[in-house]
Amino acid sequence: MVEFREDLSVVLGGAAGQGIQTVEEILTRTLKFSGYNVYANKEYMSRVRGGINTTEIRVSSKRVRAFVKKIDILIPFKRGVLPWVKDRISESTVVIGEKENVEEEFLEKVHFIEVPLTKMALDVGSQLYLNTVAAGIVVGIFRGEFSAVEEYLKERFGSKGENVVQKNIEAAKKGYELGLKLLEEGAVKVEVQRDEKVGDEILLSGAEAVALGALAGGMNFLSFYPMSPSTGVAVFAAQHAEDFGIVVEQVEDEISAINMALGAWYAGARAMVTTSGGGFALMTEALSLAGMAENPIVIHLAQRPGPATGLPTRTMQGDLNLVLHAGHGDFPRIILAPGNIEEAFYLSTEAFNLADRYQVPVIILTDQYLVDTYYNLPEFELDKVKVEKHIVEAKPGYRRYELTEDGISPRAIPGYGEDVVVANGNEHDEWGDITEDEELTVRMQEKRAIRKLETIRKNAPLPRLLGGEDAKYIIVAWGSTLHIVEEAIEKLGRDDVALLHFSWLYPLNLEAKKFFEGKTIIAVELNVTGQFAELLRKELGVEVHHRVLKYDGRPFSVEEVLDALKVVVE
Amino acid sequence: MNPNVEKVDKSRFEPKRPGSQDIAWCPGCGNFGIRNILTTALAELGLNPNEVAIISGIGQAAKMPHYIKVNGYHTLHGRAIPIATGVKVANPELTVIAEGGDGDMYAEGGNHLLHAIRRNPDITVLIHDNQIYGLTKGQASPTTMKGMKTPTQPWGVFEEPFNVIALAIALDASFVARTFMGYFRESVEIIKKAIEHKGLAIVDIFHPCVSFNKVNTYAWYREHTYWMDDHDPYDREAAFKRAIETDPLPLGVFYINEKPTFEELVPAYKRDKTPLWKREPKVEEIRKILDIKRRL
Ligand SMILES: Cc1ncc(C[n+]2csc(CCOP(=O)(O)OP(=O)(O)O)c2C)c(N)n1
Ligand code: SF4
Repeated sequence: MVEFREDLSVVLGGAAGQGIQTVEEILTRTLKFSGYNVYANKEYMSRVRGGINTTEIRVSSKRVRAFVKKIDILIPFKRGVLPWVKDRISESTVVIGEKENVEEEFLEKVHFIEVPLTKMALDVGSQLYLNTVAAGIVVGIFRGEFSAVEEYLKERFGSKGENVVQKNIEAAKKGYELGLKLLEEGAVKVEVQRDEKVGDEILLSGAEAVALGALAGGMNFLSFYPMSPSTGVAVFAAQHAEDFGIVVEQVEDEISAINMALGAWYAGARAMVTTSGGGFALMTEALSLAGMAENPIVIHLAQRPGPATGLPTRTMQGDLNLVLHAGHGDFPRIILAPGNIEEAFYLSTEAFNLADRYQVPVIILTDQYLVDTYYNLPEFELDKVKVEKHIVEAKPGYRRYELTEDGISPRAIPGYGEDVVVANGNEHDEWGDITEDEELTVRMQEKRAIRKLETIRKNAPLPRLLGGEDAKYIIVAWGSTLHIVEEAIEKLGRDDVALLHFSWLYPLNLEAKKFFEGKTIIAVELNVTGQFAELLRKELGVEVHHRVLKYDGRPFSVEEVLDALKVVVE
Repeated sequence: MNPNVEKVDKSRFEPKRPGSQDIAWCPGCGNFGIRNILTTALAELGLNPNEVAIISGIGQAAKMPHYIKVNGYHTLHGRAIPIATGVKVANPELTVIAEGGDGDMYAEGGNHLLHAIRRNPDITVLIHDNQIYGLTKGQASPTTMKGMKTPTQPWGVFEEPFNVIALAIALDASFVARTFMGYFRESVEIIKKAIEHKGLAIVDIFHPCVSFNKVNTYAWYREHTYWMDDHDPYDREAAFKRAIETDPLPLGVFYINEKPTFEELVPAYKRDKTPLWKREPKVEEIRKILDIKRRL
């Protein structure tokens, strides 16, 4: 018998188009509803049918938010899944499924529990119900609330008719009963505490959090050209466009997407584009326009490995240098990288205030890992969200590019006020007209690239220190690796190791230097050169002593970070 | 022609800004004429400077926003149309004009033009078609005639010139017209019609580049064009036939196709006509979504 306590990782694997996502949804929703903390993340191939995709679902007594390598329960829906995840399997892994989906060589290496999924599905009426049967089994093993499964199936399949709903419920029930039986027979033992409060929390993905955050921040225009893994944000926004009264437009290319959004901002809207590295590459021309014209813009960039088309469905923190240096000429920008789903929401909201206030591009840097991850979390504090507008009226004599002390010229919009607003991507005078005057050019360059940048820098928030201020080792992480590194440090169990997490990447507040003085600094990054470590040197003059880098297109697992940290600190 | 119309006061479109005083167009250039036509059209339509926004690309033609007092955004080569579309959809109360040269709109911006025709925002696209690149000093443009020699096509252009009129009609565009700026009154009327037209209006405006195009001169345009007096712009087939005539080239409104605009179709304006900049985020809708995310 295999016993699992407190924290389990359940992995489902199958071909694209085999309906793993349905199983994943049934499980996460009903287990959360039953009071378990859940976390889910998927990895998938860049194809529509076939191949092998997997989903990891962690079920825990405590909050879980990080990817782990280990697999406690594995459900393969096709042959090939076990070889695909062979590095993640151990003797304690329980495989539940049909014999034909488990390669011989693995039969002795794992605990195999054979269940006749196909037969059970056929008994209900069709092979199609296989997923639902499997989901029922897992819910049964956790003694989850079956009523929640029913609820979910009604909601999910309601539009397909009563018969489909009933058949699915029947299939889930068969699975559920089998799951309970496995428990009773002692094939597995699962002990994870439930918490009523969890049942009442929300379950949200990174992509949804970015979209909702943007909406809370007043986003009323979104233009995009589809590109994985950024499209989820557009899908969500499009589906709610009418309720929110917002414009969501799929345009001809990324060039059009960002230019349209710039036009919308010029006319007073709050606009965003959502894209990935390859799409952003096409946007760099317009990024310079935003810099010169001081046109606000919010860009969500969900990173995937590059260069070029790279690994379309996988993850990397490889586009920091791109967003840092994109565009020609000197102009400031703000780069944010949410560490988790809460930050994805709040920073997306704040991005609009920042763009409006400083009139610069604000880039929200996520990645495939973050946008495709979801877990339960407490509801957002919507009352705390503030929409700050910085639009002024164009009074007679209005000058769009008025030279000011802090580098920020009051921004008027066409149609509000008596005078007109002239914006310009050429070097310009205070009114916005073209100039080639030497002295004006100098003053305008300094206003944008120095004074404004310094204003932003001064107001930039500091990174978050998790752990003691007197820790000897400082682990530096940025963006979506937050909880993975945090859990690894927790497992390391040493109080001389602290985590310094950056979700505001650029420009860095110079006060951040104080966290590094006299410490051994270890940067953990999901790219091949340590892009953020380089940025720390450039911005703060901080030298990173060790770099823990991963760049195979997969996220860090807690175990990998832990092993790497051990090597450095022990 | 109504003689009173000539007296319409267009001084309100005269920019008094310091940077507007030194105009960068060559003496004798057709751009001056287009500016005059445009301000006359705006004045005759009774528009005020703050109700109009001209979004231009890059090129000599694209300097227009600096020499006329309306809201203006001088942007990037080829990008005026998507930016103008964004302006219009953010604030449909504005009269939005996208303006640029033939290189700007047909070469660098060609793809945007095609998709703007499909999208049909209610903007007016004015193309200053001098059949040459002016600002970069005389290279061939997509409308340069075959055989013309230039510094970068010393062997003579062998590419087929771009026929935007035929293309736009083929794509079932909403409003397609061509004029020559040498015909002042007719051009004012066409531009007024284009601005008043609900939907994307394309006006290809011939104008001589006195510095770099020695073939297509004022006299050439007069000799090689004619006005379509007996043409029904609602007849697509007839419009197409006219569009493929080459010499003389027809002038006038080729095609009108009334259809819903982008701004009318986007969900944003289905229930509410308020421009986007006046709107507040709908926090109650976010609460609703979060509530669903709590249940299941
Ligand atoms: C991306 C980019 N490529 C090239 C240029 C250089 N450029 C400026 S204007 C122009 C063409 C101008 O021709 P046209 O659009 O016909 O306008 P005109 O000057 O004749 O009015 C070019 C190629 C540029 N500014 N930006
Ligand atoms: S270069 Fe040609 S188009 Fe440009 S201003 Fe001079 S004459 Fe006019």
